[in-house]
Amino acid sequence: MSLVELRNVQAGYGGAPILNGVDIAIDASDIGVIVGPNGAGKSTTLKAIFGLLKVSEGTVSFDGQEITNWEADRLVPLGLSFVPQEHNVFTSMTVHENFEMGAFTRRDDLSDSLEMVYEMFPDLKAKRRQNAGELSGGQRQMVAMGRALMSKPRLLMLDEPSAGLSPRYMMEIFEQVVKINKAGVGILMVEQNARQALAFASKGFVLASGQNRFTGTGRELLDDPDVAKSFLGG
Amino acid sequence: MTMRYVGLFSGLFLLIVGVGLFMGSPFTVRLMVEAFAFALIAMGLNIQWGFGGLFNFGILGMLMLGGFGVTFISYPVNEAFWVSNGPAMLGLTLLAAVAGAAMIILAHNVQRVGITGKWRGMVIVLAWFVAYILFRSQMDPAASYIISQSGWVGGLGLPVLLGWAFGGLLAAGIGFFVGKVSLGLRTDYLAIATIGIAEILRAVIKNVEWLTRGTLTVSPIPWPVPNPQTFQSWGYDPASSFIYARLGFLLVVVGVVVVALFLIHRAYNGPWGRMMRAIRDNHVAAGSMGKDVTRRQLELFVFGSALMGIGGAILVSFVGIYDPSSYQPIHHTFVIWVMLIVGGAGNNFGALLGGLLIYIVWMLSEPLAQALFQTLSNFSSDMGWGAIPDISSRSVQMRVFVLGLVITVALRFAPKGLLPEFVRRHD
Amino acid sequence: MNELVFFFNQVVIGGVVLGSIYALGAVGITLIFGILRFAHFAHGDMMTLGGFITFILAAIVAGFGIAFPLPTGFVVLPLAMGIAAVLALGIDKGFYAPLRARGAKPVTLLIASIGVTMMIQGLIRLFFGSSTRSFFDGEPKKLIRIDLPFEGVTRPISFTEPQLLLVVLTAIAVIALHYFLTRSRLGKGMRAMADNADLARVSGINTRLVVRVTWVIAGALACMAGAMLALDVSLKPDLAFNILLPIFAAAIVGGLGHAYGAIAGGFLLGFAETLAVFNWAVLLRPFRAALPDWFEIPGSLALVQSEYKLTVAFIILVVVLLVRPTGIFKGAST
Repeated sequence: MSLVELRNVQAGYGGAPILNGVDIAIDASDIGVIVGPNGAGKSTTLKAIFGLLKVSEGTVSFDGQEITNWEADRLVPLGLSFVPQEHNVFTSMTVHENFEMGAFTRRDDLSDSLEMVYEMFPDLKAKRRQNAGELSGGQRQMVAMGRALMSKPRLLMLDEPSAGLSPRYMMEIFEQVVKINKAGVGILMVEQNARQALAFASKGFVLASGQNRFTGTGRELLDDPDVAKSFLGG
Repeated sequence: MTMRYVGLFSGLFLLIVGVGLFMGSPFTVRLMVEAFAFALIAMGLNIQWGFGGLFNFGILGMLMLGGFGVTFISYPVNEAFWVSNGPAMLGLTLLAAVAGAAMIILAHNVQRVGITGKWRGMVIVLAWFVAYILFRSQMDPAASYIISQSGWVGGLGLPVLLGWAFGGLLAAGIGFFVGKVSLGLRTDYLAIATIGIAEILRAVIKNVEWLTRGTLTVSPIPWPVPNPQTFQSWGYDPASSFIYARLGFLLVVVGVVVVALFLIHRAYNGPWGRMMRAIRDNHVAAGSMGKDVTRRQLELFVFGSALMGIGGAILVSFVGIYDPSSYQPIHHTFVIWVMLIVGGAGNNFGALLGGLLIYIVWMLSEPLAQALFQTLSNFSSDMGWGAIPDISSRSVQMRVFVLGLVITVALRFAPKGLLPEFVRRHD
Repeated sequence: MNELVFFFNQVVIGGVVLGSIYALGAVGITLIFGILRFAHFAHGDMMTLGGFITFILAAIVAGFGIAFPLPTGFVVLPLAMGIAAVLALGIDKGFYAPLRARGAKPVTLLIASIGVTMMIQGLIRLFFGSSTRSFFDGEPKKLIRIDLPFEGVTRPISFTEPQLLLVVLTAIAVIALHYFLTRSRLGKGMRAMADNADLARVSGINTRLVVRVTWVIAGALACMAGAMLALDVSLKPDLAFNILLPIFAAAIVGGLGHAYGAIAGGFLLGFAETLAVFNWAVLLRPFRAALPDWFEIPGSLALVQSEYKLTVAFIILVVVLLVRPTGIFKGAST
């Protein structure tokens, strides 16, 4: 049984659907990467899983339980977590408070999770009393990931975590993603930097026009000449 | 859609006839005069909000200005003022104001002589302060002199219709100023800014006794048509004199409304209106296509204010008394919003229908509530629980409640209003 | 020295009292704006409603013949605040929540709040008429005088008991709010939602709960402000409607959505008003001998006439809106 499974999901913002039947399955040990051209429905897929827009047809299930169109405040306690691409930190709150907000649904002791996050992003420890709005883009991305990890997720979804970051930060973020995955958290991410991401992906999904085009391991997709030609820029 | 118009307007007509049968003709004609004046004001708001998406919570200020305009133009001349030193002192005050304004303008341009940043700000504040002191030093003695010598400046004794036009002009002028300074604001800030400016206007008009007589009120303000007293001097009995005189007034007001409706409708369906709608629906796109968005919005704000001013002037001349302290945000701003929202923002006929209908509802809520309370009171005294005290003063308050309920229900169940805006699709 | 005491009584005490009322109201407006993104015009009437709830409770308690060392209206205030909070929740559920559920624009909610304000006003006048009432018909309003131990000072510092209670309560409310917003889980959730509502949802923050808490706080504080204002002056149906705009002015001056800014804005406006109408001639008179002979101290030397007292707030409001619509406290956050 997969950790998260989408079956023939159709979804949109009221008007014409953006997703026209997407199938995705990820295990807890997987790093799944969704790639594809602009407007293919990559981010929309993540939002559909997270109940941020309406799924009109098809099902989303998590760990065998159907969660189609659930609200986020029920999904987070279940073990899903999401890092949006933009505006993904509370700018007027401190780094520490950002992390606390990530754990809003938890009522137990947070200290071990906080310790883990600060260990993962040592830069942030010194800045934990600073407002997140004062940090650099790369540091904000770390705050955003840290916030998402605070709920002790079993599935972490990231929407273009490397967008707008320097190569140095991109590599650091990717390294952390692999590390998080090793710790037993399933990853599902959307990436523009498709080659770099597919290199460490255990599952890759190429979407176009709101439908699956190719599915395989990261390696398979990188080696597939059709995928390379149409979606990876040759 | 046409059926909807016919149905609603004939329903309204039947309602008016019904009111006439139950409440008597003098009341109904009075109701209609005021209703049409309010409809004109609602049409003004429709230009601002319906066409332009510009929020105006300061309608009250425009109505007060219009009322002052007609009072000043049409009230008889106060000889005592013109033979006193008053005009000369006011002239000096004007000079002081001009000097102050010049100072402020200079202060705003001090960066040309190298004063910038914080220093420039301080110079500007100082200039405002000095200008204010200078103005007050002339204004205060002039005001107390006029009040002691001649009471107030009086009117000009010119025709009433000219007064209505002047009221509209005055409101348009202040509307230009208000729009100029505040139209760049976001909607909710604009709401608060306009209500703030209107309250400042209200405080000023209420307190400049030398110009408006303030709380002392001005009356009788003449009518554009023979008034009931004139009819009585012609030998009519009181009851019919009221009906005929008010009918004459009604005719003039309906004429104004029809002309306004015709002009707006034509403009709205012409290139000007298309541009306005384009700006409202997407002012970023319109701006990038080279339209001067702020200027167009200012035009709408000024036109709308002019209609409000005329409406306010009509109301004052009909009632015959200018009482600045009678203006209240509920009656003179919010009720007009109810009219437009219920009628249908963006549609002229919606504004007309909403204006007439809501004014009738507003005026009828009182007698209906009174009847209801009386019945309840009779019932409870029959049951031995005692009667409801002060029924008549309580009933007046019901109309505020009823309109509050009407607008919340309308927003929830018919947010586009009874007559929604036409949406033309260009396929 | 007597003149300085006069200044203190007029400007400092007057400013603090007025500022407290403005601050309590402005916090509610700013919290609602931060969470729900609309200007809540019915807030003034929620204050008035709170005043009347308190008045009824006080009348009931007084009916039992129970007497307290403090004003009865003050003693029943916690209960009244509870009732007001429940009413605020009901108003949201009945009138605003359905519009939000439909995805209505904030301006629609603003217009709806006008409808709510009209309903509250109509109902209050329906039941209570438009007369003025006092909390102190059955008990005395205590005046507190503090004589100063200086030579030649005959005028005491004086204020009323309700004024003292108002200032103390405001201080408590502000501190409690501060701790709530910076220490408690829900308070931080509120700040998070005001900061970034979408991200708050994604984080699993129960946004409906935050909305409810916001109404509870805003309703309770509005009731406190209304009741204390009524205790200080008198209870009228248009009690708070007239100060609605200064309250908005305070919230905007402090930057809409910023709780601390609203409090600072409230006090700023309170002092601005009392300073603007203060007759400075009073302070000049003791120096009569030191001034040149040609200088005649005018009878009235106030910046604005007292008729225009409220106008001061509006002018500050309009100037702030035009010059700095985000409020005057740069970088203030909540």
